[in-house]
Amino acid sequence: MAETALDRAMESLETAIEGVREAASELSQNAEAVGDAAAAAAQGVSGGAIDPFIFRFAIFVLAIFVGYYVVWSVTPALHTPLMAVTNAISSVIVVGALLAVGISASGLATGFGFVALVLASVNIFGGFLVTQRMLAMYKKKEK
Amino acid sequence: MAHNLAAFLYLVSGILFILALRGLSHPTTSRRGNTYGMIGMAIAIGTTLILASPGFGGLVLILVGLAMGGGAGAYIAQRIPMTAMPQLVAAFHSLVGLAAVLVAAAAIYTPSSFGIGEVGSIHAQALIEMSLGVAIGAITFTGSIIAFLKLDGRMSGKPIMLPGRHALNAGLGLALVVLVVVLVATESHFVFWLIVALSLLLGVLIIIPIGGADMPVVVSMLNSYSGWAAAGIGFTLGNLALIITGALVGSSGAILSYIMCKGMNRSFISVILGGFGGETAAAADDGIERTVKQGSADDAAFLMQNASKVIIVPGYGMAVAQAQHALRELADTLKEAGVEVSYAIHPVAGRMPGHMNVLLAEANVPYDEVFELEDINSAFAQADVAYVIGANDVTNPAARDDPSSPIYGMPILDVDKAKTCLFVKRSLGSGYAGIDNTLFYKDGTMMLLGDAKKMTEEIVKAMEH
Repeated sequence: MAETALDRAMESLETAIEGVREAASELSQNAEAVGDAAAAAAQGVSGGAIDPFIFRFAIFVLAIFVGYYVVWSVTPALHTPLMAVTNAISSVIVVGALLAVGISASGLATGFGFVALVLASVNIFGGFLVTQRMLAMYKKKEK
Repeated sequence: MAHNLAAFLYLVSGILFILALRGLSHPTTSRRGNTYGMIGMAIAIGTTLILASPGFGGLVLILVGLAMGGGAGAYIAQRIPMTAMPQLVAAFHSLVGLAAVLVAAAAIYTPSSFGIGEVGSIHAQALIEMSLGVAIGAITFTGSIIAFLKLDGRMSGKPIMLPGRHALNAGLGLALVVLVVVLVATESHFVFWLIVALSLLLGVLIIIPIGGADMPVVVSMLNSYSGWAAAGIGFTLGNLALIITGALVGSSGAILSYIMCKGMNRSFISVILGGFGGETAAAADDGIERTVKQGSADDAAFLMQNASKVIIVPGYGMAVAQAQHALRELADTLKEAGVEVSYAIHPVAGRMPGHMNVLLAEANVPYDEVFELEDINSAFAQADVAYVIGANDVTNPAARDDPSSPIYGMPILDVDKAKTCLFVKRSLGSGYAGIDNTLFYKDGTMMLLGDAKKMTEEIVKAMEH
């Protein structure tokens, strides 16, 4: 009887040890996770974890504000040249066309890129030159 | 080239574009500003060429494309008459819109060239940005074509009102949102082209109900759209120059639209909903016989030569008649006779913002003789003669005095406060807003019926006698 009692005691001790072990390993795993989180947080502070989209969006929003103040300061007499020049600069979309023509492997994409390139070039040259032509006409009173 | 350096160079070109707009705050700095813009564009193109480092074939293709488009653009820029500037700007907007659609199409067929993933696994975020860019681009494309046709007189300026068009437009808008969601989920090329097709249709439907008189708002609005389309593509490509430029152009167009709406005392929404102008109002048929005083070129010459202060009010009619050079001659003759001459420009005179200023500049009118509404309006009371040439609705006193008038509340040039108002007009019809001008029947008004250019030339001749 005493033997069986001892066995039982040993068994329960073993399960207890097992439990402690499990708990310990779980804890260490948790510690790892906590460590990971801390590292991620540290990276977050340094900027690595923020999606690049947020930075682009920030630049976009700030540029809208810059545009707002700059355009209000444009004299109404130059509103037509303003439209012509904004038109010319918006054809900076040509960079997308250049990438498509320059490094696309597919013929279809190259074709699209080429047409876009021609259209944007019409705009770039046409827009800047017509603005230049208009601005050259604005003269002061001859004294 | 290191991508960081490239991103930096794109930033530099974005800043040069800001300086280009900044230069336009004064005519003397504007030319330098335009040069900054050109340098910015050259930097953006150069950086992209080095970054893409195309093979020999690709490089040849690029140079051919640049030469073809550049040649055509330079040719148009040299030849276009200044009076056609609104049409030209509308046409250029359509090109930006179409280019945005095509760049997005290239990106969806070979996403790896743009660093946004592989075919079948393009990042969801890139797809959203791309579909926004492509939808706005397509709307800009067809919308600008309609605006071009209306401005160029190839299509009637009258609003075309489809039954149930608001529901139709709202339905199309909703369908577009659904399609964008489907595109993000499936990346199907078919859905992509469906978005393009619906947006093209929507562009037409948005612009056809807008009348000729509202064209300044439309042109500014499409200017804004072309900017947002560029920004959408800029997000897809992660390109700083495009994002900055898109934001600049977008806000610039929005501000101009706002200024134009204010100049007409209309809300942006009511302009967009359309239907204004085109029909001739029945308001004139109130049964009262009203008398109009008509004059000849000799009468006008006499009045102006004996005046000490003359204010010239040009409008769209001057552009149509190409009368700006004759007008300059008239002003010169008056100035020789010791008469003080200045010009008054209403914000919505003409068919695009600043249209009149460019035409006067073309005719060598010094810009410091040309004034905006708020700067000159009080001077009419001291003026002996107001010479209204080709303007109509912007001088209608009903906008100031008659609360029942459809244009009530619109800021006007107070030409009726001048001692005499000489009003050059082809016939006694109403203006673009279809509203009878009560100015015609005032005691101080003398109507000079005839072509704006011929009448002005005749007055000059009469003065020389």
